[in-house]
Amino acid sequence: MTTAGSAGPEELRIAADEDVVRVRQAVRNCAQRVRLSLVDQTKVVTAASELARNTLIHGGGGLARVEEVVDGRRRGVRASFHDEGPGIPDLTLALADGWSSGSGLGLGLSGSRRLVDVFELDTEPGGGTTVTVVKWTR
Amino acid sequence: MERVPILKIGGILLVSIQVDLHDQSVLALQEDLAEKISATGAHGVVIDISAVDIVDSFIGRMFATIASLSRLFDADTVVVGMRPAVAITLVELGLTLDGVRTALDLERGMEILRGLGVGTGATFDARDA
Amino acid sequence: MTADAEPVHRLAGLLRANGDTLVRRWVDTAVEELRGRSTGQELERDFREFYTALTPVVEETARGGAADLGELKSLLEEYSRTRVKQGFTPSETAVSVFSLKRVVFELTESDDDPKLFREVLAFSSLLDGLGLFTFEIYARAREEIINEQSEQLLELTTPVVKIWEGVLAVPLVGTLDSARTQVVMEKLLEALIETGSDQAIIDITGVLAVDTQVAQHLLKTVVAARLMGAECVVSGIRPQIAQTIVALGIEFGDIVTKASLADALRHALRREGVDVVRQAGRTG
Repeated sequence: MTTAGSAGPEELRIAADEDVVRVRQAVRNCAQRVRLSLVDQTKVVTAASELARNTLIHGGGGLARVEEVVDGRRRGVRASFHDEGPGIPDLTLALADGWSSGSGLGLGLSGSRRLVDVFELDTEPGGGTTVTVVKWTR
Repeated sequence: MERVPILKIGGILLVSIQVDLHDQSVLALQEDLAEKISATGAHGVVIDISAVDIVDSFIGRMFATIASLSRLFDADTVVVGMRPAVAITLVELGLTLDGVRTALDLERGMEILRGLGVGTGATFDARDA
Repeated sequence: MTADAEPVHRLAGLLRANGDTLVRRWVDTAVEELRGRSTGQELERDFREFYTALTPVVEETARGGAADLGELKSLLEEYSRTRVKQGFTPSETAVSVFSLKRVVFELTESDDDPKLFREVLAFSSLLDGLGLFTFEIYARAREEIINEQSEQLLELTTPVVKIWEGVLAVPLVGTLDSARTQVVMEKLLEALIETGSDQAIIDITGVLAVDTQVAQHLLKTVVAARLMGAECVVSGIRPQIAQTIVALGIEFGDIVTKASLADALRHALRREGVDVVRQAGRTG
């Protein structure tokens, strides 16, 4: 898998509410560039919205990185979210449906995992969290 | 922060969401609606999302909250115009919006509220009878 | 990039000096291999172009540099794709590349300069690589054709029809796989909006088998339609499929199911407020 495309990776700071909206728009633009179907665009944008909000609320803000990726003949969108927050102490619990440490419905992590093709989570208690997702063209 | 306008048509409040909502606007809309329902004594709320291209769990939860809120004031809520891609995504996300009524478009949403005995005001009831 | 400056690269020099003869012999050999399925004129243009692009690559390789195969590959890609469309087998396409080796061997076999021998060896493996590349292109082109056809088939086999004002029906036939179910379901949801229908009947009378994933897609569609304000009825569940659904432990929950499409239609019409009454005096 390599990064490619005319537009390079886009980095966005997540520090406030409107940044979540900006991340959504960046992911939407990228998804349109690689020609994801409308349903797949909507899925990856929704996942990004959930993850960006997690970064803001649970991670105390952080950084989003949105880019095009290529693997053979498939193209895709990769979005990663990084924060220096407290990390996730119990991953199994955090990835279970309905579990929430904040005010959400607890669908953020588990739900967004179902919306994408690749979901990687890297976290350490006290050492921040990085979530990377990829959605490929069908 | 943008505030979503709330229109009053007879006894029904119409909220048409035309912008990409931030979380703060979502919370503000919930507050505004609660105030407006209690102030106007409206008996129905229609939320038109035909222009909305993403609904995440936060926005989805707003629909459920508005529905429960309005029920406290004896008003019914109908969410109308959800796009197919949005509906598919919500199902995949695991959000089924239990307790929220839905309709294909604004017209049918209004019809549902009328069918539930929610008039658009006395004039309407008289003419319809 | 000239061979003169570095006279040690003998093969490159030979290729340049004997260009015309080699191309002509190459064409003849290929025509013979293809047993007249291509004429010399057809091949000559392609081969000459390829040969022109090949010579600098051979020079560069002999000099020990990393040659850029981009142009050669794009020429070969075009050539292979045309061949696929004309119905040539992948071997026939690859043979056109390999037969250049034979022609070059014939030119150099009487020479016993070991340096030239090594160059010919390198040249040979370069052509081997390019010949295999035509196989890859062939496979890729075939795959594209198959994908295109299966997409067309999908369109043909999954009609979404309006059977009453406000009522859509999707008769599903054959074997449902997960990808196809997904496409059909997206199409159905789009059609609800386009036709302003708030009822849909998914008829699976013609479906031979369902697996967990397919059943899940059906369920998700019904839920998605509900979110949009439409109701779906699933009709025509055959006994074996009903058994599968129960055995797989799939909860159909409060989804309305009907034995036949006719029952489902009657149900839908009732919900539309339409009464179907047989006229008195007519029996049938």
